[in-house]
Amino acid sequence: MLIRTPKPSEIKENQVTDENVYHNRRQILKSMGFIGASALMVSPHAKAVNWFGDDETKTFKTRPLEFSQPPMYHSDDALTPEQKIISHNNFYEFGSGKSDPLANSQSFKVKPWTLSIDGLVEKPLTLNYDDLYKSFDLEERIYRLRCVEAWSMVVPWIGYSLANLIKKAQPLSAAKYVVFETLYDPKQMPGQRNRFTGGGIDYPYVEGLRLDEAMHPLTLMSVGLYGKTLPPQNGAPIRLVVPWKYGFKSIKSVVRIRLTDKKPKTTWEQLAASEYGFYANVNPQVDHPRWTQASERRITSGGLFTRNRIETQMFNGYPEVVSMYADMDLRKFY
Amino acid sequence: MIKPVRISPSHTFGIKITLHLAALSLLFVTYYQAFTDQLGADPVKAILHFTGIGAFNLLLLSLLISPLAKYLRQGQLVTLRRPIGLYAFAYALCHFSSYLLFELQLEWSLLLSELLKRPYISVGFIALLILSILAATSTKSIQRHMGRTWQKTHNWVYVASLLIALHYIWSVKSELIQPIIYILVLLALLATRKAKFLKPIKSALNRRTKTAQSKKKLA
Repeated sequence: MLIRTPKPSEIKENQVTDENVYHNRRQILKSMGFIGASALMVSPHAKAVNWFGDDETKTFKTRPLEFSQPPMYHSDDALTPEQKIISHNNFYEFGSGKSDPLANSQSFKVKPWTLSIDGLVEKPLTLNYDDLYKSFDLEERIYRLRCVEAWSMVVPWIGYSLANLIKKAQPLSAAKYVVFETLYDPKQMPGQRNRFTGGGIDYPYVEGLRLDEAMHPLTLMSVGLYGKTLPPQNGAPIRLVVPWKYGFKSIKSVVRIRLTDKKPKTTWEQLAASEYGFYANVNPQVDHPRWTQASERRITSGGLFTRNRIETQMFNGYPEVVSMYADMDLRKFY
Repeated sequence: MIKPVRISPSHTFGIKITLHLAALSLLFVTYYQAFTDQLGADPVKAILHFTGIGAFNLLLLSLLISPLAKYLRQGQLVTLRRPIGLYAFAYALCHFSSYLLFELQLEWSLLLSELLKRPYISVGFIALLILSILAATSTKSIQRHMGRTWQKTHNWVYVASLLIALHYIWSVKSELIQPIIYILVLLALLATRKAKFLKPIKSALNRRTKTAQSKKKLA
């Protein structure tokens, strides 16, 4: 038997900094306010500068997808450059700053993945990673994305109508609402580990739609953008996209879709019901209590001098959804 | 024993040069990046955050000077207050101008309605007005000219700092931790001036008791 006597100078295993902690040290500093407080000392771009060697060098590997391009989902709007779509994200699971999700999500594991569809359905089903891409024909759809913060993008998504998935599970007649849930994995998602980085949200993130909204052909389950699979910061491997609603409805990295007869309490509604409603339809006539929703800044290429403030359109310019809200007071049900 | 360092005028001169270089070069570099679309996906938001937080940082720094000078017994340091305060104003002015030029893109009617309808914007604007008055009355000759009113006027910096803190915490969606840290720092800095804030109250109380006593004597 070999008995090893460690040298006094040897580092014991319990002294080694945990890999997670090591990789997230900047995140931890940031959560303590140091980086914010020293914003004057370093340029805002310093976050992207690689000071310590290893982290932020690896980029999540996406792969090309095969898809059709139905003309009805084409658009004359100028696309937002890919680089901007994948670096300007609200995904508080990876930090509440716009560039945090890119910085903190590159080692996110999407394989294996399980998406389950259950609740008030005849045939509950689960999709594994490969099923996500193979169960239905993939289409490219160019949608406008309007954030509740009054900026917008034009994104070439790849995916299929959520209706396909729901039909396959065969909804029961009692089903009235659809509830979506993001992965809960604090080990991988720093925002779920601590309230400093997670923006005070109670995780997992939950979103919901009325069943007719979920069945609308525009409602998309997206698995890719710009011809490739989704990167983590945009909600890999599968996310919802509801183009006529504010961006926060379009929940990312979905693991569960549940049909129910009760209206769910969604995440932002729980945080501030007076500011973020269940419907969250894009509506230039109903302002956010703290800012106007009548216009928006379209993010395309170009610096400060780009004149990109445009008028916000009702339902984000998707009139085909109007009939679903025919007899509703949209000021009350915002 | 370590000899306490005396901060001489040449030291403060050095500090001032560093301050000018740091504050100006950061501003130029960041605006250059924003103009050339190298400041993240949304250069407008990035520049608003940079100038806003920058102004608040500088204001806190200017509020740190007097307590620090007192604590270290280094009167020379006080001469740093004016340039730091002026840079806080400059950053705040950049913040507002960028909001008007690049966020609202010179839609004056929108500016007016946002100023009136959105409390966090009104509060920030009032703070900017206060800082402008302080900046406009910051020269030595005006200070001499104003006499005792000058100090009274410049005490409004405390009101401005509280309004800025409110503007900040009111503007975020749900990520409150950083604004809360800023508010705690500000309150700590204001707490070092406890005596100053309590003085008028105390003297008022004293006056009342004195008049009461003299009335008693008369009786």
